[in-house]
Amino acid sequence: MNDKPTLKLNQDLVRKAREFAKEVTDGVQKFINARSTTSVERTVARLYGVDGISESGVPLSNVVVSDVEKANGLNRGIAYWIANGCVAKQVSPQELAEAVGRKEFSLIDLPPQKESVVAEKIDEMTGKALSYVRKIRDERDEMLKALGDPPQPYLYVIVATGNIYEDALQAKAAAKEGADVIAVIRSTAQSLLDFVPYGPTTEGYGGTYATQENFKIMRKALDEAAQEVGRYVRLTNYASGLCMPEISAMGALEGLDFLLNDSMYGILFRNINMLRTFVDQYTSRLVCAYSHITINTGEDNYIKTSDPISRAHTVTTSQLINEQFALKSHMKPEYMGIGHAFEIDPDVENGLLYEIAHALLTRELFPRATPKYMPPTRHMTGDIFKGYAMNTLYNLVSIMTGQSIQLLGMLTEAIHTPFLQDRYLAIENAKYVFNNAKALGKEIEFKDDGFIQKRANEVLENAVELLEHVKKVGLMSAIEEGTFGDISRKKEEGKGADGVFVKGEDYYNPLFETMESELEGEEK
Amino acid sequence: MSVKKVDLTHLRPYGDQMDDGAVQLSFTLPIPDGPRGREAARQMANSMGLSEVQVVFSQDLKENFTFFVVYGHLEKYADYTSIKAIGVEAPKMDMEQVNDYISKYVKRPVVVIGATIGTDAHTVGLDSILNMKGFHGDSGLERYKMFKVHNLGSQVSPTDLAKKIRETKADIVLISQIVTQRNIHIKNMTKLVDILEAEGLRKSVLLIAGGPRITHELAVELGYDAGFGAGSMPSEVASYIASEMAKRALSSSKER
Repeated sequence: MNDKPTLKLNQDLVRKAREFAKEVTDGVQKFINARSTTSVERTVARLYGVDGISESGVPLSNVVVSDVEKANGLNRGIAYWIANGCVAKQVSPQELAEAVGRKEFSLIDLPPQKESVVAEKIDEMTGKALSYVRKIRDERDEMLKALGDPPQPYLYVIVATGNIYEDALQAKAAAKEGADVIAVIRSTAQSLLDFVPYGPTTEGYGGTYATQENFKIMRKALDEAAQEVGRYVRLTNYASGLCMPEISAMGALEGLDFLLNDSMYGILFRNINMLRTFVDQYTSRLVCAYSHITINTGEDNYIKTSDPISRAHTVTTSQLINEQFALKSHMKPEYMGIGHAFEIDPDVENGLLYEIAHALLTRELFPRATPKYMPPTRHMTGDIFKGYAMNTLYNLVSIMTGQSIQLLGMLTEAIHTPFLQDRYLAIENAKYVFNNAKALGKEIEFKDDGFIQKRANEVLENAVELLEHVKKVGLMSAIEEGTFGDISRKKEEGKGADGVFVKGEDYYNPLFETMESELEGEEK
Repeated sequence: MSVKKVDLTHLRPYGDQMDDGAVQLSFTLPIPDGPRGREAARQMANSMGLSEVQVVFSQDLKENFTFFVVYGHLEKYADYTSIKAIGVEAPKMDMEQVNDYISKYVKRPVVVIGATIGTDAHTVGLDSILNMKGFHGDSGLERYKMFKVHNLGSQVSPTDLAKKIRETKADIVLISQIVTQRNIHIKNMTKLVDILEAEGLRKSVLLIAGGPRITHELAVELGYDAGFGAGSMPSEVASYIASEMAKRALSSSKER
């Protein structure tokens, strides 16, 4: 694919950057492998078919996991306890969870059943769960093939009414106008809930909750629109927060295409405990990799507060770390929506040249990934006309540098959630620029040692230097030092720390082990 | 040839001639595109008080929605001469001047506490006013040597905020509200005032609200001392704080 200009990156630096990022994440991975979390165990329960809420409104996945946790049995893994309970009571996982929800018994108090029978039960539940996930995945892949994958950059817009049914209506309108991806904005602060809310949202603040029912409603609406327009329409939601793996599992069960999923976002921007986030993101991404869900990483957040020019290398550093963590979850590069953003102050002289250099650096550094490019937000002022002009330049940089996922800028950014017409104007702008400048990238060659080549290499150099430091002190200490986003987080602090535990010697989790070995097989 | 002079008692929009009242509008109606839709848009503009309405553009937005761009002339007017200033009134000072002013009149560092309240998780606005780096080259309050800043971050409950005000002996309480869906910001802001009053803290602090949809008028109406909207700079907030704190210091010294 030679349809974009090249930066002539110093390949020695590129190799070093990857090597350092790998070493940085290797250290953390050892830590991850020895641990699980309450959220990881709830994910197992969900995939085994535990759904719904108790009479007091607590999700049943939380009910069974806390039941075992309270009795200090969780280090064995929830799989064993569910299987043992199902054998003892001769019920399904769902019936078992409902009974625990009614406080009829505790899973820990049930007599241990014959080992071979329990093992058989676990295998049966695991086989059933995985074949269902594979079925949904294959259906999506087939539909994508049948309807055709739209050309990149994908036009990505958000809906945010707070009412999932109204969201569905707006999403359909957007799909018919040309949107390729619809993201349903999630209610403020869901990331800090240590459970996943249940049922459809009709009165959300700042969006709707990520619930399985909401996923289902939107999936249906988009599939209808896709059939009408004869083009596959992707659905996005947010996994970040205290329930990363659970939301990935829900996405797998309901056939989502994209999930916002960053290895460090929760730590830095939501003050979630770092151990919790590292362990959770691993399983979350493993489920995504297995289900062919594209992750979207959140590097745009770094330069929403820090200076996008002087701190550009922190974006690159985080991208490389995100890539390595994703590889450890056995994710193929084409499912990595590596994040970056167009956020330079419009008053900066040659700001466009910096943006081109930065955007192309991401593209060239991750040639097989599907970079997700984010629009201007921090310098959007309410002058919608200037904002529209900025979005036009943003679209131009994207088509010229060959980005994959284009989150369209809204001219009313910083004023309100998008009006129906704002979404239309954003789609029109992108369609106009993408069509008008379609082959621009193929025609361009940058001056050797000119501004753009120099700038990209300079950012890469700074990133390598930073990675070398992170490698030396370790990723967790680097976060404590405030290396990323100018935010410092301590290892033992943050929300959700109490949900992390060391796996016992008898810990058993064949669900994720099978995913791992199947994906490893594919890699070979 | 002379240019028509503006009549400030009958102020109208200016298109390309004095007093032509020209305005541009864009809106969406939940109806299909077509002659009937365009007529609906025209009548909509008429009922807003526009004459000679031109519907210059209509676009089918699918699912029975249509977007319109409309021009017209406004007959209605505002009486500019009767309007009193309603923004925050404070002399504009830079960082050095603010520091000097506080040293001279307040004679001690001013304690500032900032938070976003309720479920609002967005700290962008708060951080751009408080954090060292500030906004657009205008340093945040943390960089001022005469401010002692406590940034509590996002999603602080009004009760926790009240506790922190006591603990830190705060002079200034800065709250930020970005999410305004279904007027959640009004509810949050009102709740805070109620709790501060119940706790007997309201009068001892300067209560300031900020956010893209906050106006000074709205803030005052809700019982705040001041409100700062979109585009407000840290130095504007700092200047206001310095001049209000000086006023308070002077009046309390007189009382003694």
